[in-house]
Amino acid sequence: MLKVLDSAVPVACWSCSIGHNDSTLFCPHCSKIQPPPGGDYFSVFNLEPRLNLDLPALEQEFHRLSRKLHPDRFARALENEKEWSLADTALLNDAYRTLKDPLRRTEYLLKLLGAEIGEEHSGKGRIDPSRVPADLLEEVFDLNMQLEEMRMTRKVGDEDPALEASLAEAKAKFTGLLKAVDTDLRIEWQAWDQGDEPARQAAQKRMVALLDRRRYLSNLVRDVTETLGA
Amino acid sequence: MQGDTPVVIPGVDGSSLVPSVVALDPIPADGGRPTVTVGNSARKSLIEHPERAIYSVKRLMGRGLAEIQEELKLFPFRLADDVEEGEVPRIGLGELRFTAPEISAYVLRQLKRNAERYFGAPVTQAVITVPAYFNDAQRQATKDAGRMAGLDVLRLVNEPTAAALAYGLDRAKAGTIAVYDLGGGTFDISILKLRDGIFEVQSTNGDTHLGGDDIDNLLIAIALDEIHSEHGVDLRTSPGAIQVLRKAAIEAKIALSSQSVAHFDIELPNGDRYQREIPRGVFEMLIEPVLERTAGPCKQALKDAGLTPEDIDEVVLVGGSTRIPAVRLLVDDLFLLRARRKKPHTELNPDEVVALGAAVQADILAGASKTTEEMLLLDVTPLSLGIEALGGAVARIIQRNSTIPASATEHFTTGVDGQTNVAIHVVQGERELAADCRSLARFDLKGIPPMSAGLPRIEVKFLIDADGILQVTAREQRSGQAAQIEVKATYGLTDEQVESMILDSFDHAEEDFAKRLLIEARNEAETILAAVDRAPQNPAWQQLTAEEQGAIQAARARLESVKQGDDPAAIREATLQLDQATRRFAELMMDAAVTTAIRGKTMDSAGEDLGDSVTAPHAMAPAEFK
Repeated sequence: MLKVLDSAVPVACWSCSIGHNDSTLFCPHCSKIQPPPGGDYFSVFNLEPRLNLDLPALEQEFHRLSRKLHPDRFARALENEKEWSLADTALLNDAYRTLKDPLRRTEYLLKLLGAEIGEEHSGKGRIDPSRVPADLLEEVFDLNMQLEEMRMTRKVGDEDPALEASLAEAKAKFTGLLKAVDTDLRIEWQAWDQGDEPARQAAQKRMVALLDRRRYLSNLVRDVTETLGA
Repeated sequence: MQGDTPVVIPGVDGSSLVPSVVALDPIPADGGRPTVTVGNSARKSLIEHPERAIYSVKRLMGRGLAEIQEELKLFPFRLADDVEEGEVPRIGLGELRFTAPEISAYVLRQLKRNAERYFGAPVTQAVITVPAYFNDAQRQATKDAGRMAGLDVLRLVNEPTAAALAYGLDRAKAGTIAVYDLGGGTFDISILKLRDGIFEVQSTNGDTHLGGDDIDNLLIAIALDEIHSEHGVDLRTSPGAIQVLRKAAIEAKIALSSQSVAHFDIELPNGDRYQREIPRGVFEMLIEPVLERTAGPCKQALKDAGLTPEDIDEVVLVGGSTRIPAVRLLVDDLFLLRARRKKPHTELNPDEVVALGAAVQADILAGASKTTEEMLLLDVTPLSLGIEALGGAVARIIQRNSTIPASATEHFTTGVDGQTNVAIHVVQGERELAADCRSLARFDLKGIPPMSAGLPRIEVKFLIDADGILQVTAREQRSGQAAQIEVKATYGLTDEQVESMILDSFDHAEEDFAKRLLIEARNEAETILAAVDRAPQNPAWQQLTAEEQGAIQAARARLESVKQGDDPAAIREATLQLDQATRRFAELMMDAAVTTAIRGKTMDSAGEDLGDSVTAPHAMAPAEFK
């Protein structure tokens, strides 16, 4: 479940001993650096979980926090401050890397909400027939036959321009479908960001399905690209 | 830093470069400790006693036995024969054996001494640069070398990034820049975004087995072949002869950057001469495959950064090999420079720019300077980090080009009831199978409380620090117990080993330091006094006025007397004054030498006769067999 920021545990600052909640990178009283806070990646940037983000503003905040947190700024500090600067900066970098990329951001938010999401770059992943989206079943079957044929042709050193053209056509088609998924995802972002709880739940479900479909399509495109390029 | 500007500190010989050549002097007859010499003065050992010298040690850093054996096919060094797989390989140098970090430590110690001589104070902290594409083991080995040399390594900085820092000092503007760094043994490409003093690396790529050495080896191979077929002399097994050829090859390569043809003219041991013309066209055809290998990493770096060549605003050239016109042409093509009326940046000396950038980074770390207070470097890890999963596949946990520090948390559990340890194999690289990646370390999580299989939940945090080096911590979550980790680095020295290899542990001792400064100051005084003693025999002496001669004699007398005392600062001051007094004489001598040299010679080879000075084109004497 989403972590609610208000429930952050109060802790005492290591330096001035005044209590503050554990979601802050710097003590609000003495400004000293604190151990990595317990919140999610959004809270590092002081943001509510959102799928539409203002990227230039995110970058600006990333740079501002980097200037304050980076180990280069703590080269002459106490050992514990050095250690926290390292851990805090790693958290900041991990958060920025995840949030600036639309897909990683979506996956992250869905995982935060408890969804099971496969890894984007999971293994070699030759196509698993049980997970083929129903509307693509027939085409994927044909494509796999063609891919196999192409590999065999290449193996014996032959060429088959007709087959090559057909595969290139399939690649273009699936690339187009990928783009369509991205458009659909953006619509769901809107639905999630602006919706009430039931609307969000529905959007989440659709996004999990879209991500599955996207992963599947991108593996397909990769397979065709690899086979054509070999 | 001198004010706002980084400067390169000259060595005792006046040269700003200390070539990474390390030689072991012959063991003294009284059985005393042998001396290790470093840099230009070690160079002549390469030819006279090739078995007592080593160069390009950077190529051997952090490498395992099998990799070093591969590397040594091209280099004349001998591996100690009792090294076992898993141990850090040792290289034979005369009667002794050294690991690569130890040899590197000798070079670092020389640099440390040069700096101490310059500042007149102990130098204990350093920023060291490494190729951006260096892996974890190579970085760790470099840090170990620093420690052995008595240096606290504040930061490892990637070389192309350092170069960007050096260039970025006087151009505080926004833009995307590519740094193309082709050095002696390694190639790096880094793409950075500059904004408001923040240098954010977008992507990096490279090849730690590609550089000027490869070009030299091509020329050497041709010479060896031709000498064999035309003169019936097989020099392939003669390390000294190969070094002579190497020197000739380097000279030819350098000449071809400014001339259309270079020559080999080498006297063979049987009295024959091996003579050959190398037209630039032939040279360029020969090296094309080597240069072409830099194109792939450049394209990959652009792709990883999500950019096209047109997005690159500026290109910076780093490393001696970027002086080769064919390299510049290739860079021009790769980044469509001419088509966009752009030129790559070459204003700063490509051999020094990285050192200048390291000084800027040191200034940033010191944190007290107005010049660099707005500057911050955000670098990336060049290689993906992964763990070996069931079946030998790699599960990637930190992707390449992630900004560092970067971290990843993974959870592990047991497969058998009551199991108390779990082994984890960490690898670095982009391949799908762990066996094809570079093995980094094997961790053994120990002391897991006995539970049913699958119940323990061990959280392992992998963190790549600002030096690009991996740190690991682990915790068993259900019992709250901290799991012990035993790290076995696949390649590398243990802390104890590094400790035992620290050079001159008394290097920091105040008294020792003062003594060394005094000895060095006296040596310098002796050198200049000897030169002044010979001066009246030089025809140029007669061109000086009586006052000039008198001033030299007065400064000479002063140095003679101060030299007897034990104040190194006073001696250096008097040395400097004598040096000033003889400046015009030195110029007259230089003019005469140039005039003589030019008669019947090209300007380029005349430079050599001027000797091993900063302005000499390169520090080697003409090739010749003894």
